[in-house]
Amino acid sequence: MLNPLLEVRHLTKRYGERIGCRDVSFDLYPGEVLCVVGESGSGKSTLLNTLALRHAADAGTLRYRSVQDDWLDLLALSEPRRRLLMRSEWGFVEQNPRDGLRAGVSAGANIGEPLMAVGARHYGRIRDTAAQWMERVELDTARIDELPSAFSGGMQQRLQIARNLVTGPRLVFMDEPTAGLDVSVQARLLDLLRTLTSQLNLSALIVTHDIGVARLLAHRLMVMQHGSVVEAGLTDQVLDDPQHPYTQLLVSSVLPV
Amino acid sequence: MTIPASLRSEAEIDGTVDGAAHAATDVDIDIGYNFAYLDEQTKRMIRRSLLKAVAIPGYQVPFGSREMPLPYGWGTGGIQVTAAIIGRDDTLKVIDQGSDETTNAVNIRRFFARTAGVKTTQRTAEASIIQTRHRIPEQPLTAQQIMVYQVPMPEPLYKLEPRVSECRKLHALADYGLISVKLYEDIVQHGSIATTYDYPVIVNHRYLASPSPIPKFDNPKLNMNPALQLFGAGRERRLYAIPPYTSVRSLDFDDHPFEVERWQHACALCGSRASFLDEVIVDDAGSRMYVCSDSDFCREQRSHADAGGPVPAEPASVIASV
Repeated sequence: MLNPLLEVRHLTKRYGERIGCRDVSFDLYPGEVLCVVGESGSGKSTLLNTLALRHAADAGTLRYRSVQDDWLDLLALSEPRRRLLMRSEWGFVEQNPRDGLRAGVSAGANIGEPLMAVGARHYGRIRDTAAQWMERVELDTARIDELPSAFSGGMQQRLQIARNLVTGPRLVFMDEPTAGLDVSVQARLLDLLRTLTSQLNLSALIVTHDIGVARLLAHRLMVMQHGSVVEAGLTDQVLDDPQHPYTQLLVSSVLPV
Repeated sequence: MTIPASLRSEAEIDGTVDGAAHAATDVDIDIGYNFAYLDEQTKRMIRRSLLKAVAIPGYQVPFGSREMPLPYGWGTGGIQVTAAIIGRDDTLKVIDQGSDETTNAVNIRRFFARTAGVKTTQRTAEASIIQTRHRIPEQPLTAQQIMVYQVPMPEPLYKLEPRVSECRKLHALADYGLISVKLYEDIVQHGSIATTYDYPVIVNHRYLASPSPIPKFDNPKLNMNPALQLFGAGRERRLYAIPPYTSVRSLDFDDHPFEVERWQHACALCGSRASFLDEVIVDDAGSRMYVCSDSDFCREQRSHADAGGPVPAEPASVIASV
């Protein structure tokens, strides 16, 4: 039996009186892509930020199996360990690439920064790796020295993905990675994400409001409403045979093409 | 060849002493101020911070910086450190851009002559405390000397990480990947690491520190220096230190190693090829000459030559502009 990578039990996050997310439990396995769908305000992003340890959880347990194969209690992790984990084993792709990129330095430096943060000290090799990753995310390597602002929105998003994957993480969090991109760019990005996650045996937790994205990328799906998970299961199962009234509404709201 | 007046020392112009230690009686001592201007409680507070700074080499210690009778950016941090450590038997030298005769250097030297009545000097060898901006003297320092640096911005990460709280965390965790990003960008834009002053260093294999705006030419002198080196940033309210014989490593990449500046010229006055040279425009036609930035070192070299010592290898020259 395969061991899970991330084990979430009864995770709750409150903002004062208000509920961010309530009593969320699931396991994430190596190489698995899990999508969290729901309308805006349903607590998707809160859940993601709590899982990525950007917000402190109020209750529940959160455990992660590190590369050394020991279980880490993430909610009790010291800050140095947490940061080390973030830069060596995890990635976080922001909804807006401007939040995830360093605007003042070139594309190459943006991809190279995580490498330098884990100790790379050879300029030539950092640059070669950056160029390889630009190729993998289908960016023109001749533009390695240009600033992120010189790239289009979709290219910036791919740049951000390269920056997150360059250190070979095991788990990547993504917050609406395709939002704000036009459909053709979105399709290419989804294609790329699917290729990369399967090539790298990457586990990913993707938050999206777009059912189409979820159907294309996810192995499993969690549907959230008012901070709670109302339905979870295999993607096809949930989308083709929704049980919960809210999921039924969500699936029926997708515009037919 | 005549030396432009601007390059001669005030002592030479006076025709009196050639930079030797002035007795304190040359300047009127101001009564009504405490010894060395600051009150004893303030000095004690600064000394406590200095002790902590020496105990943790390269770590920026916060301190309660006082208003000083000169503007921020003119050396308020350095002057407070000097005031806190100076004693009646000390001999003070103050340099700015290597020179003893610039406004800043003359004023700070006079300030301590008047408020502390200490001896001042222009000779590196005679000084027990050397307050400096921008340079480390060419003459090697000894274990009897203390360097005091005036620091405008003590935080080497501030251009990359604007949050002070985050910078402190990065220091605490020794998370210094960011500073490499700056060096990487230098190579991208200029083909080599183009930072020439305030070149970031790692002190004692642990803390990232700014060496103050000294040229990177002087960075090797920070390493394993027998003198105690104290850094004061008045506006930013931080002190830090490099204790004697502490390792100081200039950051670089494996394939772009740290290098110091070199010149094709010798000093036009003393002929030295080993010192840091300033390029000086000498007339309206744009003629240039290269002279030592360390005025005391240049004078020593010349008096050596006058006394029949080893003659400089290259004749002095003024380089005409093209």
